[in-house]
Amino acid sequence: MTASTLVSPATSDKLAKVMLWASASIAILILLFILGYIMIRGIPVVNLSFLLESPRLSGAEGGVLPAILGTFCLMVVAMLSAVPIGIGAAIYLAEYAPKNAMTGIIKFGVECLAGIPSIVIGLFGYAFLAIYLGFGFSIISGGLALMFMVLPWIVRVSEESIKAVPMGLREGSFALGATKWQTVSRVVLPGAVPGIMTGVILGIGKAIGETAVVMFTAGSSLLMPSSLFDPVRALSYHIYILASEGISDTMAYGSSVVLLAMVLLINLAAIAVQMRYGRYHGRN
Amino acid sequence: MTQKLGERIIEAFLFISAVTAITTVALILIFLLREGLPILAKVGIVDFALGMRWNPIAMTGEPSYGIFPMIVGSFYVAIGSLIMAVPFGIACAVFLAEIAPEWARSILKHAIELLVGIPSVILGFVGLVLLVPYIRDHLGGWGFSILTCSIILAIMALPRIISISDDAIRAVPKDYKEASLALGATHWHTIKKVILPSARSGIVAGVILAMATSIGETMVVLMVAGNVSMLPSPIYDILDPVRPMTSNIVLEMNYATGEHTQALFATGVVLFIVVAILDAISNKVLKSRMGVER
Repeated sequence: MTASTLVSPATSDKLAKVMLWASASIAILILLFILGYIMIRGIPVVNLSFLLESPRLSGAEGGVLPAILGTFCLMVVAMLSAVPIGIGAAIYLAEYAPKNAMTGIIKFGVECLAGIPSIVIGLFGYAFLAIYLGFGFSIISGGLALMFMVLPWIVRVSEESIKAVPMGLREGSFALGATKWQTVSRVVLPGAVPGIMTGVILGIGKAIGETAVVMFTAGSSLLMPSSLFDPVRALSYHIYILASEGISDTMAYGSSVVLLAMVLLINLAAIAVQMRYGRYHGRN
Repeated sequence: MTQKLGERIIEAFLFISAVTAITTVALILIFLLREGLPILAKVGIVDFALGMRWNPIAMTGEPSYGIFPMIVGSFYVAIGSLIMAVPFGIACAVFLAEIAPEWARSILKHAIELLVGIPSVILGFVGLVLLVPYIRDHLGGWGFSILTCSIILAIMALPRIISISDDAIRAVPKDYKEASLALGATHWHTIKKVILPSARSGIVAGVILAMATSIGETMVVLMVAGNVSMLPSPIYDILDPVRPMTSNIVLEMNYATGEHTQALFATGVVLFIVVAILDAISNKVLKSRMGVER
């Protein structure tokens, strides 16, 4: 025995607890430090003209409106496609799927897709959406590539929420003569909505913060998009370009604050949904 | 009759939604291989993965495509991040599951969710403007280094390790803890000798998963690892820069043509394989304890 024989068990217990409190505090301090640093450097940069103007001199001056719009459009395309497909898949897995090899393959597919690095999804989006399907660098390419990234997340959260709806509700509905779909759509889904909503909101956060997926699919144009087939530059990619090409750290701080604010608001929204409806599911 | 048909159509739609993910995975594999296989066949997968020289645009002579330094770089920064994040993350998880009063638990939980939410490009940016100059001034070297990259990746890996370990610790049956306490062991002794060993498989699976995520991470490594496609010299010098596989793809994709592009897709293939193997190991570790009564 080592140190434990030198100090009494009671002392080592106390000591260990102090260390554990310290670890947790340090973790929170790291978070506060990063957020605080970005805020302090970035907030002075952000004003109305920063939010509402187009960039000048590749982003060294002016605002970030096209990038905000770009991020928004990409997110909307991604969520409009991922949410119905994801919830559909979740309903199938939770309510319809028979226990067979095909279901095993479907589940494996969801897990596999979740594990694929975002840059690989970006490469695939470039080769498949932009080149093979001919969408080019555009909102539609970037949005669909993002869809592949958030889809597994939506499926997983929705499936958990649907499974958390008590079995008795389904049995009651069947006993009243409802069909399978009537039961699912009118009894099970309403019960799962808060959980699904939290998942979708957090999915929006993921889509907004993602960079690697959109850099080779959405393009890097700083012009205002006028159609789904126009290229855009996501705000996250804009930050990368500003910082790594040394265009302007000041502008990068400002853009980071805007991106962080979006992500924080989304997190708050998710918390609000949870508080309002309670959690039906244990999200990890 | 029409009702039955309606039910059928809906079920078909749900099934199609469900197979979207696996279809996408198949398409990803097909397209990666379609672009990457020709160069792998030409160079040979062994020479590609173990080759030491990456020189895709050779001014004189044949271009060479060897990504061994990048595979090493990917593992180097990922393992470095785990060395920092794992002990720290497990400590936080033990705190969450065993020590924290309700208010502290809720604060830390929310903090973790926020940390997950911070876009990686912002973490990379903070690393670039804060950590790179700090390490250059205080520890020497160029600042862009394995160490810098590992630190930022550790911050990214932390929330994942905490929440997975927290779940694993909470899954340990209460009787274990109560039996140990009843035998007169202190709380800390119980944590160290009973709870953590019982939660081991869940924690190990989580750590391997975190490693896969770190290897697949792009923006952070791109911004702080330095992107030099050579092995660090000497090999243990953590202040040397590296170029992990993910950065390699991003850095050259914009101007690559022909074989060079193929080589970048082939890098993606190798990355895919590495991450898939790690995910499979993680699954195996998790399943190995399932069904065993604990």
